[in-house]
Amino acid sequence: MNNEYKSDGRLERVLRSGRFAVTAELNPPDSADPEEVYQAALVLSEVCDAINATDGSGAHCHMSSVAICALLTRAGYAPIFQVSCRDRNRIAIQGDVLGAAAMGVSNVLCLTGDDVTAGDQPQAKRVFDFDSIQLLRTIKIMRDQGMFLSGRKLTTPPRLFLGAASNPFVPPYDWRPYRLAKKIEAGADFIQSQYCFDVPRFRQFMQKVRDLGLHEQAFFLVGVGPLRSEKAAEFMRTKVPGVHIPDAIIERLRKTPKEKKVEEGKRICVEIIQQVREIEGVSGVHVMAYRQEELVAEIISEAGLLPRPRIGGLPAQDSKVRPRRGNRVNGV
Amino acid sequence: MKFGQWLQNHPHFLEQTYWLTHRVFTWLDPLIARLGYERMDRWLRGPEEWTKRIVFDCRMCGQCILHSTGMTCSMSCPKNLRNGPCGGVRANGHCEVFPDKPCVWVQAYNRSLEMPRYGDEILLIEPPVNRQLEGSSAWINMLTGQDKVVPKAWDQIEVIPIAEK
Repeated sequence: MNNEYKSDGRLERVLRSGRFAVTAELNPPDSADPEEVYQAALVLSEVCDAINATDGSGAHCHMSSVAICALLTRAGYAPIFQVSCRDRNRIAIQGDVLGAAAMGVSNVLCLTGDDVTAGDQPQAKRVFDFDSIQLLRTIKIMRDQGMFLSGRKLTTPPRLFLGAASNPFVPPYDWRPYRLAKKIEAGADFIQSQYCFDVPRFRQFMQKVRDLGLHEQAFFLVGVGPLRSEKAAEFMRTKVPGVHIPDAIIERLRKTPKEKKVEEGKRICVEIIQQVREIEGVSGVHVMAYRQEELVAEIISEAGLLPRPRIGGLPAQDSKVRPRRGNRVNGV
Repeated sequence: MKFGQWLQNHPHFLEQTYWLTHRVFTWLDPLIARLGYERMDRWLRGPEEWTKRIVFDCRMCGQCILHSTGMTCSMSCPKNLRNGPCGGVRANGHCEVFPDKPCVWVQAYNRSLEMPRYGDEILLIEPPVNRQLEGSSAWINMLTGQDKVVPKAWDQIEVIPIAEK
C-alpha cells in the first residue's frame, strides 16, 4: 500500500495509522425529518470512526443513502456512502458518486445489494446493471484516472476510500477468499464483512486470506451485532439474506431467562469482537444493530474500544481534515 | 432442462466442445465475412438461442463468457452477476431469490474445478455487460470482436490475479 492518502476522510487515517477501527451502521429513518438522522448519528458519532449510510438494505425503502450522507457531512460527521447495484444503472451511480464526493463524502461501500424479493415491494424491477466488482472498478477509474467509464474527463476527480463487502459465512466457502481477491484487485481499500457469529469459520477464512497475502492489501473490518433474543436470531437467519448463525448461539440465548436476553445478546457480541480482534489481518469491526443505536455504544464501550482516536477533530468527524480546494486556490 | 443439466455436469466435455466450436467458427470466419456478419447474425440467432437455452438456460446477452464461468451461464443468476456469487447464498448452496434452485455461482465454481483448459479464467475480472448486444449472436460477436469491446476508460486486467488455485 502506498503512503499517499486516497481520501480526505478520517477512516483511512485511522486504519493506516494501525489503530483498530470501529464503524457503525445508521438505521435510515422512514421519514422526511432530518432530525431523526441527527438523533441516530449523535449516539454513534462518539463511539465510531465512520457511520455507514445504508442503501435500501433488505430491499426496503428508507431515506436514500446519498441524502443521509449529505445530512451527515453537513453536521461534520464521517459517513460511508453505501451504493447497491440493485436500484440504479451505471449513469445514475456515477452521478451519485460525484455528488456524494462533492458533499464531502470520503468513503464509499460498493455492494451488489439484496434482491428485490427480500423487501416489501417485490414487484419492483431489478436493475443490476453492474455487479459490485464492476462498480468498484468504475469508481476507482473515476478516482485514479479522473474520467467517467465512457472516457469523458472529470474536471475534479472524487477523492474516495473504496470499500467492498465480504461474506465468508455462506457457500461456496472455498471460493470466498478468491472473490475477496477479485474485489481487492478491482480496487477495494477496505472490506466490511457480513455479521460474524461463527468465529471458527471466520478464522479458517482469514487463514486463507493471509495465505493469499490479501490482509496486506486491504483493511478488513468484521461485521458484528447484538441479537435481542433467540426469536430475533431465528428471524435473521431465515429472513435476512446471507446471515449465518450457529445453533450454539441460538441455544445459548434460549437458555437465558427472558429479562436477561438482551444483556446476553450484547455479551455474545462483545465476546466475538474480542475474539476476532486477536486474529491477524483484522483491522477493525463494523457494528450493525437494527434500531438499537444505544446498544451499539454500550457494545463498543464494553469491548474496550473507547475512546476513539481523535484524528483531525472529534470522533466520526471529517470536516476539519477536508481541504477546501476552491478556497485554497484563491488564497482564502 | 434435465438433459441440459446432465450435460452441464460434464464440464470438461463442454469446455472441449466450446474450444472446438471456437476453432470451427474461426476457420469459417472468411466465409461468414463474405456472407456478411449482419446477415449471418440474423440466421444464427435462432439456432444459437435454441441450443444454448436447452443446455445452459442462455439469456442471449450476446457476449458469451461460458468458458470463464465454469460452463454455467452467469446471466441466469437473477442478479446477472458476472464476477462471482453474491453474499446471499443460502447455507445449502441455493439461490437467495429462488430457494428451490441451486446458486448459479456455486455450480460454476464447482464445475470450474473440473475444467483443466479454462477453469482458471473464473478468476478474471469481467467488464460491465454491453446491453446493446442483448439478443444478438454471441458467435458472430466473437468473430467481429464486438464482445471484447469494453467502455473506453475500462482498464482490462489481463493477468489472473492469483495463479494458484
